[in-house]
Order: sequence, then structure tokens, then C-alpha cells
Amino acid sequence: MSVAATPILELEDIGKSYGNVHALRGCSLRVRQGEVTCVLGDNGAGKSTLIKIVSGLHDHTDGVMKVDGEPCRFGSPREAQATGIATVYQDLALAPLMSVWRNFFLGNEIRRGPLRVLDIDRMKQICHDELAKMGIVIPDLDRPVGGLSGGQRQCIAIARAIYFGARVIILDEPTAALGVKQSGVVLKYIVKARDAGLGVIFITHNPHHAYLVGNHFVVLKLGRVVLDAHRDELSLEQLTAEMAGGQELQELSHELSGADPGKVAAPAAVEHGQVEAPDLPPVMEAEEERTA
Amino acid sequence: MTAAATEPSRAEAIRDDRVATRSLAARMLSRPEVGSLVGAIVIFALFMLVAVPFRNVANIGTILYGASTIGIMAVPVALLMIGGEFDLSAGVAVTTSGLAASLLAWNFGLNVWVGVFLALALSLAVGAFNGWLLFKTGLPSFLVTLGTFFVLQGINLGVTRLLTGNVATADISDMDGFASAQQVFGSEISLGPINLKITVLYWVVLTVVAAHILLRRQVGNWIFAVGGDASAARAIGVPVRATKIGLFMAVGFCAWLSGMHLLFQFNTVQSGEGVGKEFIFIIAAVIGGCLLTGGYGSVVGASVGALIFGMTQLGINYAGWNPDWFKAFLGVMLLLATIVNVYVKRKADLR
Ligand SMILES: Nc1ncnc2c1ncn2[C@@H]1O[C@H](COP(=O)(O)OP(=O)(O)O)[C@@H](O)[C@H]1O
Ligand SMILES: [Mg+2]
Repeated sequence: MSVAATPILELEDIGKSYGNVHALRGCSLRVRQGEVTCVLGDNGAGKSTLIKIVSGLHDHTDGVMKVDGEPCRFGSPREAQATGIATVYQDLALAPLMSVWRNFFLGNEIRRGPLRVLDIDRMKQICHDELAKMGIVIPDLDRPVGGLSGGQRQCIAIARAIYFGARVIILDEPTAALGVKQSGVVLKYIVKARDAGLGVIFITHNPHHAYLVGNHFVVLKLGRVVLDAHRDELSLEQLTAEMAGGQELQELSHELSGADPGKVAAPAAVEHGQVEAPDLPPVMEAEEERTA
Repeated sequence: MTAAATEPSRAEAIRDDRVATRSLAARMLSRPEVGSLVGAIVIFALFMLVAVPFRNVANIGTILYGASTIGIMAVPVALLMIGGEFDLSAGVAVTTSGLAASLLAWNFGLNVWVGVFLALALSLAVGAFNGWLLFKTGLPSFLVTLGTFFVLQGINLGVTRLLTGNVATADISDMDGFASAQQVFGSEISLGPINLKITVLYWVVLTVVAAHILLRRQVGNWIFAVGGDASAARAIGVPVRATKIGLFMAVGFCAWLSGMHLLFQFNTVQSGEGVGKEFIFIIAAVIGGCLLTGGYGSVVGASVGALIFGMTQLGINYAGWNPDWFKAFLGVMLLLATIVNVYVKRKADLR
């Protein structure tokens, strides 16, 4: 199995304290292009803290972070995005009163002409297309996202990261708010992003989801790495044993059986929107859950 | 990549048929400025009915002038509120700017224009300071600017007294540069029977520019985002600090513009002027559909709110009512407009 020589992103003995809470201690992690790195752990294990460091939201208090082998520190999420790292946050999603398309392009607005005016028609078109690829059609993109269901909002955030993520996509518990079918779409997208040559960090506390798509697994417990293993060295049973509990997902496992989770794709930098949509079943029911 | 292109059409099949596309009317009605437009029409009709001089075309200039002095400040205050912050120092900041230009020019014997530009620098600095203090302390802007409100109010009175021994600045109308500065900040344009103060022009231009920035520019998107959810905006890469500090500085800029008008209209500035105006700016913005919680609103609405003020202020006069009632009227209007805003928006969202 050919693995890219230098990891695109590398964390060495990273630590993060919130005052006297040591949320993360001595964590090491490598993200290679064309690979899905899964970070698992129970609630409070420090998963979100870890990715907030990588995405520039927090500064680490110990250790070194390397991008393309060069030590670096992101001063702001904008800097992380400039290096091609896009994130779907668990708790920081969208501005509720802003319309769907404005949220989708927030921070990456398309402008046209010498006056750099917003190209609203194009943004709406792209937004519509990208959401349609995820199996979601929102009839009126001018609607504020606050009125959409949690699942739909999550899908907008994911579609946005997939569209803008040029090298690394980080998904923090993306499937937690989703139904089984939408979760399936997200997992397929993870595979697609990997095949397009991106590095993917997939955070979950569901070992089944992780094992369906992951190449590499890192398990966190109380802020420390307790397991760091490649897929070859680990079975789902062992992974599940590292974690607590889990549900059966036979159906999804069957659906994804052709996706070859162990595959490593050739690394690449990807233009906006180049990650293809996964093959969806021809007729998918509209999402069931919806806020009343 | 060709597969990607065919993807949307296939996914179209799963279009959610429970959500009907909204009619154009419903979409128009859900705009934030609707409440203020309804209010403006009602107020206009009311005074046309009860106040005879209100029907006189020549008085349009007076009404618009009153509206413009509020509108010039209501526009940036609305932007700031959409960006999720308040500025309670906006009223006295106008006075500070006028005083600064006058006192600097007078005391150092400078050309009036030098005073004008020093006042601009000061006003922008006050705005930037408000924003900086907000991030430095992490306190709500309501408290931070309440502090600046008192500080500026005290400085206005104290410094004026110290330098002139009086509560107002000296008349600077005989100083170098005054005539040309007065042309810029206090002149009048005649359109047939209507005399328009130059502030009306500034007000209209500011409204158009601000509305354009808010709805058609990248920064506008950022303003909505930092007001709607600042941490989400930061996480997605919006420069929250710069955006908010910029908004405070926009208020500073407009306070300078208003302050210069004050100075060149009356040749002197009263140091106690401006207290209480900040609420009028905020009320105009709220009537115009801005939410107190940020992330939603309209500058056109805020300008219509200012127009409502202008009409009411003079309408009460023209109708021969006791102007003591103005404030009570204002309060009622604020409540009505907010209720209409909420009601209309809810109706339109359900359509
Ligand atoms: N902003 C913060 N301030 C203080 N403590 C925090 C903060 N964010 C997270 N923590 C603490 O850090 C630990 C790890 O949290 P988190 O990374 O969110 O866990 P996970 O995402 O794995 O559920 C928890 O104990 C949490 O209480
Ligand atoms: Mg978490």
C-alpha cells in the first residue's frame, strides 16, 4: 500500500489546557492525503479540542504542529483555511438568521467585476447544486437557516466543507445529528473525498461508522491517545472493544461494501467542488426529521 | 468530473414537496423594513389629515432636514446593530467631534479645515477605541459604550469650560477656511419651492452606500454573520474583530459628519448637546427592523425610521399640538413598529 511520504498534517505531543483543565495531553496524530484518519473517543475525551487546534480556532499550549513537515501555528481559522483545511464543527455551525446561500459562502464569497460585487446568482446556483448532490433540495435558498432542521443545517455545513476543503477536511461528529440515510450519504462523501486525494479527519464516537471508511484510527481517552493503529492491525471488534457500546449497522455496511475502506487514494489538491457526489440511490426519501 | 454535472438533475427527483415555493408578495413582506414602511405611510397620512402646513410642499425641505440629521447616524447605528453591537456614545460623540474641530481651530489659530480633519481622526479613534475596549474587556457593548458615553459627556463639558470658560465654543465664522467648510457641511440646495439642506444629500448617499455594502458586498455578509453568531463566524474564517471595530469606526465617521454640520450650521457648538440622541438613533434602527440581538435588519429601514421621526417631530408642531407629547408619541411608535415587524414577519414566514 503506497503511503504519501510526508504527512500533510502532523501533531507531535500536542497539549491544550483550558485554565487548569488539561483537555489534551501528549497527543500525536498524522494525516496523510488520500487517507481517512478517524479520531474516536467518548464524550469529553478531547476530540473537539484536538480539531479546534488543527482548524486554527484554539492555540495549543504544548507540542508542535507541522503542515507539510514545517512547524506552524494558526493564528485564526482564516489562516487554516488558507492552507486548504476546511472544518465542520460540532458546535459552531451557521448564523441562524442568514440565508442558506449566504451561510454556504460565508468567508469565501464569490465576487465579480472590477467592483468586486457579490455574484449572488452564481453563489445560489453552486449552493443549490452542492446541496442537491447531498440529496437535499431547499426550495428557497433565501430562507434563513434557523428555520431548517438540525439535519439539514448539518448537511449545509458538510457540503460547504467538502466544497471548500482543498487538502484536508475535518468533520467533527458529522453524523451525530443525522438519520441513517443522511449518515450514509456523509460516509460515502468521506470516501469520495479520500478518492479525490484529500486528507480526511473523521471524528466520531461510533466505531462502526469509523471502521466503514477509516484507514487509520486514533482513540482518545481523557485527553490522551490510547490507541493509534492502521486498519491492517485492527479489527472492528478490537476497535469496538476500545470504545464503549455501539449499534449494529448491517444495512450501511452492506451498502458500503463496495467502497473498499482500506483503499488509499493518490494525494491531490482539489479545486472547489471537485469532490464528486457519491452514487446515491435513485430515489431517496426526503429527510424525515424536521423541527416543528 | 462529468459525473458531477449530471448529479443535481438526478437529485432533483427527491425535491421535498412539503415546502411550497413562497410567493413574491410573501417574500417582500418578510423583508425587515416592512414595518417601518407601513408606519411611515400611516404617519404621513395622519399628519396630512390633521396638520394643514404639513401639506405645504415648501415644508418638505424642513421635514427632510429633521429626518436627515437623525438618519445620518441611524444608518451606521443600524449597521452596528446588525453586527450585534450597540453604541450608546453615538449621541455625545457627535458633539465631541464638533467641539474638537472648533476648539482646536480656535485655540491654535489653525485653518478651520485642519480642525475638521483632526476632528475626523478623533472621531474614528473614539470608534476604534470602543471596539478595542469591547474585545479587550469582553464586556457587552452596552456597558462599554455606556462608559464612553459618560466619559465623552464629561470631557465635552469639562474641556469646553476649561478652554473657553463657557458652556459653548466661540464663534469661528470669521476664521480661515470657514466659508468653504460651511459650503461642504452646512449649505442648502434649492429645488423649485423646496430648499434642501446638504445633510439630506449625505443621508441619501449614506443610505444607498450602506445598503449596497450590506447586501451586495463581502463585508456585508460578514456584518450579518458577526451579529448572528460571532463564534460561528470566526470559526468559518470571518475576521470578527476587524468587522466589529470597523462598524464602530463607521459610527465614528458619521458622528464626525453630523458634528461638522452642527458646527457649520450654528457657528458654535453647545457642550451639553447630544445627550439622549443615541436612543433616537437606536429607535430609528429598531423601527427599521433591526433586531436588538443582532444578525438581522436593514439600513433602508433605519432611514425610513429616521423619516418617521422627521415627520412626527414637525407634524406635531404643524398640527399645533403641544410638543411635550413628542416623546410619548415616540415610545408608542416604537412599540407599534416593533409589534408590526414581528407580526408581519411571522405571517410572511408562514406563507
Ligand atoms: N472552552 C473550554 N473551556 C474549558 N474547558 C473546555 C472547553 N472546551 C472543552 N473543555 C473541556 O475539555 C474537555 C474535552 O472536551 P471536548 O474536546 O469538547 O471533548 P469531545 O469533543 O471529545 O467530546 C472536556 O472536559 C471539556 O469540558
Ligand atoms: Mg466534541
